[in-house]
Amino acid sequence: MRFLARRFIFYVITAWAAITINFFIPRAMEGNPVDALLARYQGQVSPDAIRALTVLFGLDKNQSLWDQYVQYWQLLFSGNLGLSFTFFPTPVATVVQQSLPWTLGLVGLSTVISFFVGTLIGTAIGWKRGTWADGLLPVATFFSAVPYFWLGLLAIMLFSLTLKLLPAAQGYDPGLIPNLDFIFIGSVIQHGILPALTIVLSSIAGWMLGMRNMMVTVTSEDYVSVAQAKGLSERRIMFGYAARNAILPQISGFALSLGFIVSGTLVMEMVFSYPGIGFVLYQAVSAKDYPLMQGVFLVITLSVLVANIIADLVYTLLDPRTRQEG
Amino acid sequence: MSTVLPTPATVKTGEPVLQIRNLVVDYGYGDDPTHVLREVSLTLNKGEVLGLAGESGCGMSTLAYAASRLLPPPGIITGGEVLFTRRDGSVVDILKLSDKELRAARWNDIAIVFQGAMNSLNPVYRVSKQLTDVIATHRPALSRRELDDRAAELLELVGISPDRLRSFPHQLSGGMRQRVMIAMALALEPQVLIMDEPTTALDVVMQRQIVEQITDLRERLGFAVIFITHDVSLLIEVADRIAIMYAGEIVESATASEVYRMPRHPYSDGLLGSFPPLHGPRRELGGIPGSPPDLAKPIDGCPYADRCPFAFDRCRVENPALKQTVFADLEPERLVACHLHDLPLAKVPVQLTRRPA
Ligand SMILES: Nc1ncnc2c1ncn2[C@@H]1O[C@H](COP(=O)(O)OP(=O)(O)OP(=O)(O)O)[C@@H](O)[C@H]1O
Ligand SMILES: [Mg+2]
Repeated sequence: MRFLARRFIFYVITAWAAITINFFIPRAMEGNPVDALLARYQGQVSPDAIRALTVLFGLDKNQSLWDQYVQYWQLLFSGNLGLSFTFFPTPVATVVQQSLPWTLGLVGLSTVISFFVGTLIGTAIGWKRGTWADGLLPVATFFSAVPYFWLGLLAIMLFSLTLKLLPAAQGYDPGLIPNLDFIFIGSVIQHGILPALTIVLSSIAGWMLGMRNMMVTVTSEDYVSVAQAKGLSERRIMFGYAARNAILPQISGFALSLGFIVSGTLVMEMVFSYPGIGFVLYQAVSAKDYPLMQGVFLVITLSVLVANIIADLVYTLLDPRTRQEG
Repeated sequence: MSTVLPTPATVKTGEPVLQIRNLVVDYGYGDDPTHVLREVSLTLNKGEVLGLAGESGCGMSTLAYAASRLLPPPGIITGGEVLFTRRDGSVVDILKLSDKELRAARWNDIAIVFQGAMNSLNPVYRVSKQLTDVIATHRPALSRRELDDRAAELLELVGISPDRLRSFPHQLSGGMRQRVMIAMALALEPQVLIMDEPTTALDVVMQRQIVEQITDLRERLGFAVIFITHDVSLLIEVADRIAIMYAGEIVESATASEVYRMPRHPYSDGLLGSFPPLHGPRRELGGIPGSPPDLAKPIDGCPYADRCPFAFDRCRVENPALKQTVFADLEPERLVACHLHDLPLAKVPVQLTRRPA
């Protein structure tokens, strides 16, 4: 438990540092751009919103840095990230709240699928080398070598434009009202298939290759020979002894990729005009919407952190050696 | 004549439990494989400890792996048979068992403690799980309770507190891990235990303890042991019989005291000269100059000829067969592969013709 407590403190400090940097960045910028935006929207922004933006971007030069910092934290804890100008007058927090589930749902799910399927295939071809399954590797590697946007466009051309099987853009049919009914969910799934498929295709090779190589390494370990000598079942040896150890490095890789879900999804969401956080960031950047950018960055930072915490926990669960006290 | 030499008390002239016959093992496929074992024959009798000694790279581990069909690729068994006598007296060729039969026979009939047992335990499972999974696989009728009891009993057998069942391998010392492996090997009360350098990574005190434990357990449980080591002096203490390996062949086999006190093969003599004697006057230690031949190249004649101080013309053209010497009446157990013993007795170097006291 002391180990977990130490990790926890580490993450708290990291989060604090990330947020503090987020606090300083706009203050370090020359000629604050938010001033200009505020001027443009004069009269339409409520005094409350102005006060929030002032705190977030350090517009009040007369206040001490410390006071600004304290107010900044108060604002964050109340969930106030200012107003978005792109989606004026929606608050940034609301924009993020609306787009984040799309990204987490789609990209998160496809990353998890890619990880599990890739790791499973890697386990199999690493265990039984020299079968037809080895042929999967070059195919998978090809898909990961193709630039993602190209793969996405190709998929759209093939499945949407030519075969007219699947929709090419959006998260759901624009004619529908978001609702938890079958029609809406069906539409969401239909719209998610192409982006998910392309994400899985382009990322699965890494998991396959990594797992295959680790399996090959682990298979020559003494404890796997012992498991063979013990006459355990093939399944047992393959999963309980070989794969169970080979997967450990994969977990660290998985943590990294989870962190990239939010940020790395940008291209996908642009190609498929998907209403996720990457697309929001893209719009924010195009419109020079600083409050929104700030909010998205904050979310990205925190999500990377959370992903790391999860991976750390899983790793600790899977590898008793990391649990050692002291 | 034959009554002159009393058989040592330790020798059990019992029935064989494991007979390795003309076993050939190659590493590598294709036209040019390395012949690592060349027609090795070896018999292990019920309840005896057979020591297998030789320099590094002579194929001792390969023999152990091949006999239990655990040879990692690119090793392949290209000839021979490994006959195992079951408790009911039936004899099976391990090399001919189907995968299913082999799986069922493993650990049940023959258990192995691997060379470098430091890494023999799965780092992510507790000791208890690794002890019980093998029992559960082979004895599916046992309950969880019985499995746990058996695991605790096994640890006690090798002098480890059952508290350690909850430990992970990294929490154990090297000596403890080695004992856990021995306990695991005994889990199903196999008839044959193969131990590949079980004490090499340990300090001398721990070595002694483990060897004593093995001897003790063998006495109580009655399994037969193939004990592989470089340390011939260790074998004198544990082994009933000793086989000396060189370049993928057995060059001499006899009872432990016969090999130790009166080696008949120049290589055995040289090997014994590399270790300090246990008792008696100190003699000068001389390693054997040179090193074992490269097995990847074809060997003409006797593989030891290049290093042998007594080699003569015949040695370089003809590989000697493993057979009895002129002392056969005195020592019926002894087999030697050396042309010297075909010469008239007067021409054989004196150190190879010592007689029983
Ligand atoms: N994969 C391989 N390919 C080719 N030759 C191999 C391979 N593995 C082992 N050998 C050769 O087989 C021979 C016997 O190896 P083995 O491991 O049986 O030796 P050993 O007698 O157990 O030695 P040690 O005491 O050092 O463990 C060695 O000469 C080695 O070079
Ligand atoms: Mg060896």
